[in-house]
Amino acid sequence: MIRLSVPARQALAKLTLPLLFVASFGVILLGKVDTMVADRARISLGDTLAPIYAALAMPIEQGRWAVVQFTDFWGSSAENARLRAENDALRRWQTVALALDAENQRLKAELHWVPTAAPAYVTARVVADDGGVYAKAVLLSVGPNHFIHKGQIALDERGLVGRVTDVGARSARVLLITDLNSRIPVVLEGSRARAIMVGTNGPRPRLIYWSDAAPKEGDRVVTSGEANALPPDLPVGVVHYSADHVPEVVPAALLHQLEVVRIFEYGLGIAPPDGGRPPFHSG
Amino acid sequence: MPAPDADRSPGIRPRPTLRRQLDAAARQSFPIGSTVALMLLGNAPLGGPALLPAVTITSVFFWSLYRPGAMPPPAVFLLGLLLDLLGWLPMGDGIVVLLLVHGFCVRWRRSLARQGFLIVWLVFVGFAVVAAALIWAIAALLLFRLLPIGPAMFQAMLTAALYPAFAILLTAAYRTVADPERA
Repeated sequence: MIRLSVPARQALAKLTLPLLFVASFGVILLGKVDTMVADRARISLGDTLAPIYAALAMPIEQGRWAVVQFTDFWGSSAENARLRAENDALRRWQTVALALDAENQRLKAELHWVPTAAPAYVTARVVADDGGVYAKAVLLSVGPNHFIHKGQIALDERGLVGRVTDVGARSARVLLITDLNSRIPVVLEGSRARAIMVGTNGPRPRLIYWSDAAPKEGDRVVTSGEANALPPDLPVGVVHYSADHVPEVVPAALLHQLEVVRIFEYGLGIAPPDGGRPPFHSG
Repeated sequence: MPAPDADRSPGIRPRPTLRRQLDAAARQSFPIGSTVALMLLGNAPLGGPALLPAVTITSVFFWSLYRPGAMPPPAVFLLGLLLDLLGWLPMGDGIVVLLLVHGFCVRWRRSLARQGFLIVWLVFVGFAVVAAALIWAIAALLLFRLLPIGPAMFQAMLTAALYPAFAILLTAAYRTVADPERA
C-alpha cells in the first residue's frame, strides 16, 4: 500500500465523491450512446440470478400456499356456495360448448377446412419481477439447452401475457402487455372491429384506434393476426370503461401473480420492437 | 484490515491471527454484503417492483450515517450500478441518487447521528421522497417521456414506511455482527 501524508489522504478522500459523480454521468452517457452494453449486462446478471431465484421460489411458494390455506379455511363455506352456483352455470355452458363443438366439427368437415397445426410450446417458471418501477416485465428461468428465442408468445392458463424480448443462456425476459412500450393489434370479438391495445404500466392497458363503433363494455378482446406479429384469436381480456370513459382492457391473464407461463412457437417472422439485434448467446 | 484508529488507541489487544483478521474483514464488509443480499431479495418475486429501490436507499442511508467507513463512495457507486441493472432503470439513474443520499448523509452525520430515532426517521422521510422524485425525474429525462407519477409516490411511501423495521434490524446488526470492536 502506498503511504501518503495525512493532508494528501484527506484531499484524496474529499475528491472521491465528485470524481464518482463525474463517473456516474459517464455511465449515463454510455447508457444513452450504447444501449447494447447495458442490456447485455442485465441479461448476464439475469442469467446468474435466475437459478438462485428458482431455488428460492420453492420456499416462497410454500409460504404463500400456507397463507392461502389459512385464509381459505375461514371463508370456505361461503366460497363453497359460490362455487356450487358457478359450477351449475358452467355445466350449462359445457353442454352448449359441446353442442357447438360438434356442430363446428360437422361444418368444418363440409367445408374441407384445413386445420391449423397445434403450436409447440415450452413451460417456464417466472422467477422475478424484472420490470423495475418503470417497466412491466418478468424474468423466466429456463434450462441451459432451451429453444426460446426473441418474439415468441407467452401465455398463462387464461390468456396472453406478453412477448419474449431478451434471451440469455439460462433466462428469458418477457415484456408484459401492460408495459408502456407494448402495442398489440387486437380484435373485439363481438363486432370484429380492430383496435390497438396500448400498455400504460398500469394494471389495465388502453384501447386506441378502433375501426368501427366504440368498443362495448364487456366485449371480449382477442389478438389480431393482421400484422403477422401474433397468431389470431388468442384471448387477451374484456373491455371495461374506466371512470373517465376511456376504453380499457381487463387482462384475462393473472399478470400480477404469474408463476408459470407457456412460451409458444407460432413460427411468426416478426420480432418485437427494437428487433434486428443479434442474439447475445447462440444457445 | 484493522481500523486506522486501532494503531493510535492504547491498550492490550490480542494477536492478529488469521481467524481474527478474517473475522474483522467480515465485520467490515457486512454493510455492503448485507445491502447486496437485501437488493437481491427485494428483486425476488415475493415483493413488488418498488421494494428494490426502497431497501437499497434505506440500507445506504443507514450505513452512510452510522458507519461511513464501511460504506465508502466507490461501494455506493457499485451498489447504484447494481440498482440500475436489477431495477431496469436507465443507466446511471440509481448511481446519481445513491451517491447524493450518501453525500448528504456523510455531510450531516455529525448533527444527525446524535439525534433520536424519531428525528432521524423524519429526516429519512425527506430523503425517501427526494430520492423517489429524483429517480423518477432522471428516468423521465433519460427516456424522454413523461412517466406515471403513481409508482414513484408509492416507492417514496414504501421506503419511508419500511425504515423503522429496517432500523431495528440494522441497529441490531450494527451492535453485533457488524461491530469491528467485537472481532
